[in-house]
Amino acid sequence: MEEIKIDRELDLKGEVCPFTFVKSKLILEQMKPGQILRILLDYKPSVENVPKSMREEGQEVLEVKQIGENLWEVVVRKVR
Amino acid sequence: MSFQFTEEQIKRYSRHIILPEVGGKGQKKLLDAKVLVIGAGGLGSPSLYYLAAAGVGTIGIVDFDVVDFSNLQRQILHSTERVGKPKVESAKMTLESLNPDVKVIAFNKRIHKDNVMDIIKDFDIVLDGSDNFPTRFLVNDACYFLGKPLVSAAILRFEGQLTTFDYRNKENSPCYRCLFPEPPPPGLVPSCQEAGLLGVVGGIMGTLQANEALKLILGIGEPLVGKLLVFDALTTEFNIVKLRKDKKCPLCGENPKIKELIEYNQACDAHF
Repeated sequence: MEEIKIDRELDLKGEVCPFTFVKSKLILEQMKPGQILRILLDYKPSVENVPKSMREEGQEVLEVKQIGENLWEVVVRKVR
Repeated sequence: MSFQFTEEQIKRYSRHIILPEVGGKGQKKLLDAKVLVIGAGGLGSPSLYYLAAAGVGTIGIVDFDVVDFSNLQRQILHSTERVGKPKVESAKMTLESLNPDVKVIAFNKRIHKDNVMDIIKDFDIVLDGSDNFPTRFLVNDACYFLGKPLVSAAILRFEGQLTTFDYRNKENSPCYRCLFPEPPPPGLVPSCQEAGLLGVVGGIMGTLQANEALKLILGIGEPLVGKLLVFDALTTEFNIVKLRKDKKCPLCGENPKIKELIEYNQACDAHF
């Protein structure tokens, strides 16, 4: 499997909706198209909501994966 | 583009940031924007309130009047305990307590030929919520000469009117004088003091003025240029009348007669 090169990582443990998306979006806005952001989440509803909102904004969601007990990662490539 | 928001700002503006048309980029534009509101009265109250809530970073307010009991039926920036205080001071208190991000510049003075350019020149957008023709014409002409967008609203009884003059693009925007070449003779149009006004009409039209300002700052949607929106509170109907640029307009026409500011006589000491 091809390794994804992460350009930035955002630890949002302890954050809830909608701020998980708001904070992810603010970081992504300041990245360049093509760059990749990895977001760590421990709030389950955000694991659905962040990728959904990212797709609505036209960004590419590369991965949504549980990586620990009550811990998830969402990997997004900035399209625009 | 880079921006740094505090935790409080992220929370405060989250509903803006979530919008694809605004985002952090748009919120930064709002925080960097400078808007001047003429009159802290029936129209200025809601427009100022929403501009401050939206995080417009610099807000100027011009008003020479003091808060009166008769204002409180519609001028929601003010309050009973502030009766007798200058309106700009009362407005500043309300806005700063709503949003400490906003820098409020208070001009506790009447607009004159000799101060209007100075007051307006450092702002990006002007909202006219004044209640008298001499001020309206002075503000219009000054905005025209300085190339500032002017969002103009007026209210009387159960009716409200709104339009935007975009003087950044004079070729394609009519001006206030295309609509009203000069002030009506004194006594023809009643002031709010004598005519009455349903308070919410100011709330609706002032809020729409703020909406125009926010769109202009964000560069989204279509400003109400070349269109006059007329609201009737009794039927709850909005109508749009097309406004055309008048070739014979004394200010923006082919052979303009007006090349400098004109001070008309104040018909009465009308209150905002």
